Amino acid sequence: MQETRDSITDIWGARTPYRSEWPTRVDERVTETPDHWVQAACVLCSNGCGMDIGVKDGRIVGVRGRAVDAVNHGRLGPKGLHGWEANNSPDRLTQPLIRRDGTLTPASWDEAMDLIVQRSRAIIDQHTAGAIGFYTSGQLFHEEYYTLSLIGKGGLGTPHMDGNTRLCTATAAAALKESFGSDGQMGSYTDLDITDTILHVGHNIASQQTVLWMRILDRRAGPQPPRLVVIDPRDTFTAQAADVHLKPIVGTNVALLNGLLHLIIAAGAIDQEFIAAHTLGYEELRATVAPWTPERVAQVTGVPEADLRAAADILVSAKTLVSTILQGVYQSNQATAAAVQVNNIHLIRGLVVKPGCGILQMNGQPTAQNTRESGADGDMPGFRNWGNPDHIAELARLWNVDINIIPHWSPPTHAMQIFRYAEQGSIKMLWISATNPAVSMPDLPRIRQILGHPDLFVIVQDAFLTETTRLADVVLPAAIWGEKTGTMTNAGRTVHLSLKAVEPPGAAKADLDIFLDYARRMDFRDKDGAPLVKWHDAEGAFEAWKECSRGRPCDYTGLSYAKLTGDSGIMWPCNERYPEGTPHLYTDYHFATDPDYCESYGQDLDTGASLSASEYRALQPNGRAFIKAAEYLPPSEIPDDEYPLWLTTGRLVYHFHTRTKTGRSADLCAAAPDAFVQIHAEDAARLGIQAGDMVQVESRRGMAQAPARIGDIIPGTVFMPFHYGMWDSPDGRPRAANELTLDEWDPVSKQPHFKYSAVRVFKLADPPAGEDRAAAAQAAAPVAPDAPPNKKS
Amino acid sequence: MHLGNYLALLTGSETALAEAFATIRDHHRDEPDIGYTCWLLGTWSQAHVQALAPSVARYQAQKSAEPERLMQTLFAGPRTGSLALMRDLQDVWLLANQVDLCWNVITQAAQALRDSELEALYRRCQPQTQRQIAWLLSRIKQAAPQALVVAA
Repeated sequence: MQETRDSITDIWGARTPYRSEWPTRVDERVTETPDHWVQAACVLCSNGCGMDIGVKDGRIVGVRGRAVDAVNHGRLGPKGLHGWEANNSPDRLTQPLIRRDGTLTPASWDEAMDLIVQRSRAIIDQHTAGAIGFYTSGQLFHEEYYTLSLIGKGGLGTPHMDGNTRLCTATAAAALKESFGSDGQMGSYTDLDITDTILHVGHNIASQQTVLWMRILDRRAGPQPPRLVVIDPRDTFTAQAADVHLKPIVGTNVALLNGLLHLIIAAGAIDQEFIAAHTLGYEELRATVAPWTPERVAQVTGVPEADLRAAADILVSAKTLVSTILQGVYQSNQATAAAVQVNNIHLIRGLVVKPGCGILQMNGQPTAQNTRESGADGDMPGFRNWGNPDHIAELARLWNVDINIIPHWSPPTHAMQIFRYAEQGSIKMLWISATNPAVSMPDLPRIRQILGHPDLFVIVQDAFLTETTRLADVVLPAAIWGEKTGTMTNAGRTVHLSLKAVEPPGAAKADLDIFLDYARRMDFRDKDGAPLVKWHDAEGAFEAWKECSRGRPCDYTGLSYAKLTGDSGIMWPCNERYPEGTPHLYTDYHFATDPDYCESYGQDLDTGASLSASEYRALQPNGRAFIKAAEYLPPSEIPDDEYPLWLTTGRLVYHFHTRTKTGRSADLCAAAPDAFVQIHAEDAARLGIQAGDMVQVESRRGMAQAPARIGDIIPGTVFMPFHYGMWDSPDGRPRAANELTLDEWDPVSKQPHFKYSAVRVFKLADPPAGEDRAAAAQAAAPVAPDAPPNKKS
Repeated sequence: MHLGNYLALLTGSETALAEAFATIRDHHRDEPDIGYTCWLLGTWSQAHVQALAPSVARYQAQKSAEPERLMQTLFAGPRTGSLALMRDLQDVWLLANQVDLCWNVITQAAQALRDSELEALYRRCQPQTQRQIAWLLSRIKQAAPQALVVAA
């Protein structure tokens, strides 16, 4: 075993302070010396670090960061350095399974695919393709999503296709559409290299994107360190590094951000010229935030006036500003409205587009961006506008299908609605790929009931048995990263090629090949009778996608597998005009809001009502950005006598998703072996709970049990990590945070509200017999909220 | 002068609309998105009724029975399921348009009377009525294909 650092105890590694640029540091961890290295990128967060896979005798034996890559300059985080071990896990799925007499039993690919095709045909005959739904991922490659998108939208013609990106990044896309007309990250990671101010809103970047955090730590360790403002109700690693940390009560982001906007305007720190030339809607914003004095903000959010003023002072004096936004906004009350208010801070200060000024509406997953670009979620391919018939006609020409095949009569069905239709019985077949909704969706008791209903035919395509495969009728064994080739685009628009390094185990197949096989067996045809899907491999799919992206914001036409091989990843748009890609969008200050070009005509931030094409045209946006104001609205469920505490959920540095991969790395598992309930000392004392006690958390939906941790959270709020399900639960107790979460979502982005619900907590038992309470308390009392017990500080 | 009658019609219709939003919340508790949005939109109509009170007093509006009759015609008993959701949303849409038209009629009269207070009220409230209608239409459009074509 060789490693450049123990990333479990030394999460971010030694500082390499900025000089004129971010120094290179190559991180590596191998269990044996590889006989060769294969170019890839990391799939364990949305950062998408360039990495090489080390191979020995046809097996993955380790990884190293790619020094040439612009995203990470050689660095890797703990998940990237360890997560590859899942590829070699002995419990990989190696053959298809079909449920027979209630039991999943081995089957051949022919048997499994024939069954799927037979059921598809029968359902279409009886109920139309509107009875078939797809629920995919932020984990596949772009080529796979695009193929799925074509099959669903141009082959079957079903509007019911979404990804688990609905749970993680739907609000990023929605906020960009609302403010700038289209999805597409405006800024670049390179803005962090020179900015003087950084604002993290609901983004525990230190745990979520460890490598991007290294970049910030290195700026902070170098000359002219940027100031740091963090908005988060918990004392996260990120918050602990902040110059100003605002801890709002969960659900009050809009109130807090309106308060910051109020103070920025009151200080006269707005860019009048920019606002007049390049935006629409400032007056309404000014009027909306006028009543949000620090005093009122303090009443609603619990953030002391002095803290709010301190944060505003930093924003007011910023000459350059990078903001990052993630789940603390996206999965919380008024998600899109709040994310848009961060855009507004940049717009009224005129701090966009220029180097050092970036808004990073972050993603949660490595390929979430591709789900959105390809239309494998609730979007149309190439950021096309479902409400614009010309955009749909363009797709129909590209695919050579009748325009009416492509569902465009209303927005594509979002995931939560897909599950609702399944619950009601109008969706009869649900094909789930590379995701585990039986742990990751809100209100798990309901999700299990839906997936377990005998009338719903459930296909699950995964690399492992999961909580979701327990409810499947057919399980398809999938090849994963390292076992297949494809491209992926990170949260910063950087496209990477990730090559096949080893063969998949047993009969497991690449998701692309599974989709292609389905298309062939279903015999989807274009208008001229030729096969609808005209490619047979990943590179063919990529070439087809390039044509689909031509002329759209996410233009890939200048990219190729050859161009993406050997050097750094490349930021789209990459085309004739920008042959080497481009770090900033809208450098001419012309945003994507032209009616003929925009991805969306916009929605009402409070209700989600769509604007019509004519209403949108009447606004005459002409390339100006929208400043959309939002009034604060209280969350739907607030603590009461029966359920007196807030529950909020989130992630840990050592795990990703539902631990399907990270749970199969011994070191990551040991670093964070179990769920926990984090609670403030005052609440714990009142409830007679000590560190290490097993506690039960109950909501109106369900119940979960986990040991208590005390501290690093505001009073009245408890936290649970969302990673832990049942597949490796040591004692079979329910410990998934989503047993408790609310079945509701943002009206605009349709992203579920994981970040708040009302719960009650009580002590179940002392720590297990034989365990010393002092040791248990030590183990459960973190130096920082998600630190390992043995963290060196 | 008949403005009082129309103010009564508007107030009654706004009250009926608020009740209608509460009714579909109640009918469709298993539709997760309906509850909160209908609560929010219902509060807007309730606020409109309160804001109208001074004008109602000034123009001596008498209670109108018409909105109640309309409600009885529109909501024919509790309904559940996807088609029922469609029908309920459609009925609320009709009621919301009744409110919208009343606002238009009243602002015409307000202009003729040079009642700037009532005009200002129109400018504040009627956009919210429009937003109620826009949401109803969006939700109806979303639900229609599945309810009419696919659902049993």
